[in-house]
Amino acid sequence: MALDDKTVRKIARLARIEVTEPEVAHYAKELNHILGWIEQLNEVDTKEVAPMTRVVDVKLPRRPDIVTDGDKQADILANAPATAAGYFVVPKVVE
Amino acid sequence: MADLVDLDLAAARDGLANKAFSAAELASAHIKAMEAARNLNAIIVETPERALADAKAADARRAKGASLGAMDGIPVTIKDLFCTRGIESRACSKILAGFKPPYESTVTANLWKAGAVMLGKTNMDEFAMGSSNETSALGPVVSPWRRRGDNRPLVPGGSSGGSAAAVAAGIGLGATGSDTGGSIRQPAAFCGIVGIKPTYGRCSRWGMIAFASSLDQAGSFGRTVRDAAIMLGAMAGHDPLDSTSVDRPVPDYEAALTGNVKGLRVGIPNEYRVPGMPAAIEELWQQGIAWFKALGAEIVDISLPHTKYALPTYYVIAPAEASSNLARYDGVRYGLRVDGEGVIGTYEKTRAAGFGAEVKRRIMIGTYVLSAGYYDAYYLKAQQVRALIARDFAQAYEKVDVILTPTTPSAAFAHGEIAGDPVAMYLNDVFAVPASLAGLPGIHVPTGLTSEGTPLGLQILGRTFDEPTVLNAAHALERAAQYTARPDSWWRQ
Repeated sequence: MALDDKTVRKIARLARIEVTEPEVAHYAKELNHILGWIEQLNEVDTKEVAPMTRVVDVKLPRRPDIVTDGDKQADILANAPATAAGYFVVPKVVE
Repeated sequence: MADLVDLDLAAARDGLANKAFSAAELASAHIKAMEAARNLNAIIVETPERALADAKAADARRAKGASLGAMDGIPVTIKDLFCTRGIESRACSKILAGFKPPYESTVTANLWKAGAVMLGKTNMDEFAMGSSNETSALGPVVSPWRRRGDNRPLVPGGSSGGSAAAVAAGIGLGATGSDTGGSIRQPAAFCGIVGIKPTYGRCSRWGMIAFASSLDQAGSFGRTVRDAAIMLGAMAGHDPLDSTSVDRPVPDYEAALTGNVKGLRVGIPNEYRVPGMPAAIEELWQQGIAWFKALGAEIVDISLPHTKYALPTYYVIAPAEASSNLARYDGVRYGLRVDGEGVIGTYEKTRAAGFGAEVKRRIMIGTYVLSAGYYDAYYLKAQQVRALIARDFAQAYEKVDVILTPTTPSAAFAHGEIAGDPVAMYLNDVFAVPASLAGLPGIHVPTGLTSEGTPLGLQILGRTFDEPTVLNAAHALERAAQYTARPDSWWRQ
């Protein structure tokens, strides 16, 4: 499954990482190398194997569905690059 | 008081208890050692005032007969992966520059509750992605070790390279680390100290900057097994804020260190011999086997047949989880923002500028293996192989109590020596990753030096939540090896 430039651009778009044209070619080469190495997993017969979805076999805990935290607007905004009137500021989304 | 930094954690604890010196004196000695070692670049944020305040508080408690125990007044360093309230925490990434968490990670909060003294934050590979500390946005760490007759800087290993280098250089008596696929054990090996990754779920992940959530686990570094055990005991415990943290009591790890391994069944996995492994490492392994035999342990040959698939499995699962975890860095709520066209353009420019090459590479891989049409071929497949790797261990532990292996396939390399091929760098963790995938505890114990005078050692793996047996076996190995090597303090300024 060789990764072409088009797929690299699509992946970069999905990952929200801007890539330049020289970077696209570089990624295609590098990712193909890594994915080629990963493909040795196809040697393993996993037909009857359930995927591992938890590491330690414990039941996930439950707790009452009540608010335990809050009133932290200033804390939440403290590290934001841009804020106004208690909100995060982002570039205009709707015209 | 310069000699205070030569004490290990357990000796310092005893000295504090006997009032041979104060916590403030101990902290001052370590602050001096930290300031004299800036050329190692191991500590990226120094907090000397905080350290002195913590130490004075410990002294005041002790004077009132209200000491908090073994960690009270003990200076430690904290990997930059742990959020520390009001102190810059950025996982050594450009994208989190200036981030001052308004909260404290549970692991560090536990340490402060136990009276530990904070010296500073340690350098690391960006977002813990690396095995040499060369991916840090704040520059590489220089190992306190050098090859004999060779002044080229060596890497301390990674990702917890700054923490391991600090402990090896006598800056702090212990350090926190995190291990996703070897990030505690491999740097411990390169720096000639002890590092333990406990069972997944033993330490809370809350407030640890996430890399791969099904693998990330905090652990400790120490100069000795005892030191690492004491520190781990203070870090571990159940936390309702991490639903994968396990609600079971934390044993007294230090009390487990009897050194008695008579009848202990030690497994030797044949698959941990890799092509090109230096003869010195094979010899060291044989020596370790001989030591355990001499101590009355039973050596059992075992097979972990899927070992060779652990690394490629890891390099599907970890990047997949990372691509999801790192989606939060979008230039809106914290960290760097680079303005672009509209909100998507801003995300793309921010992330292109904020992430380093290795992090971007892993996000790209992770995004690809999770993308429509490839999920089953890569991610599902990797989860199935992960199940087989865990099953290999489960079957082995029917026959043995612990497993003894080399920790790394080589000793520390020089800066830039493994560059260009990411897969060559990934191979560093070939012996560390299988236990990470299975969530099992593992420890590195230094046992010898290469002919060039750099540290080597062995790894002991154990059953889920059987840290006491792992630590005791490590303690026995440490005593048999009588490893006392320390780097020459060439860096002191």
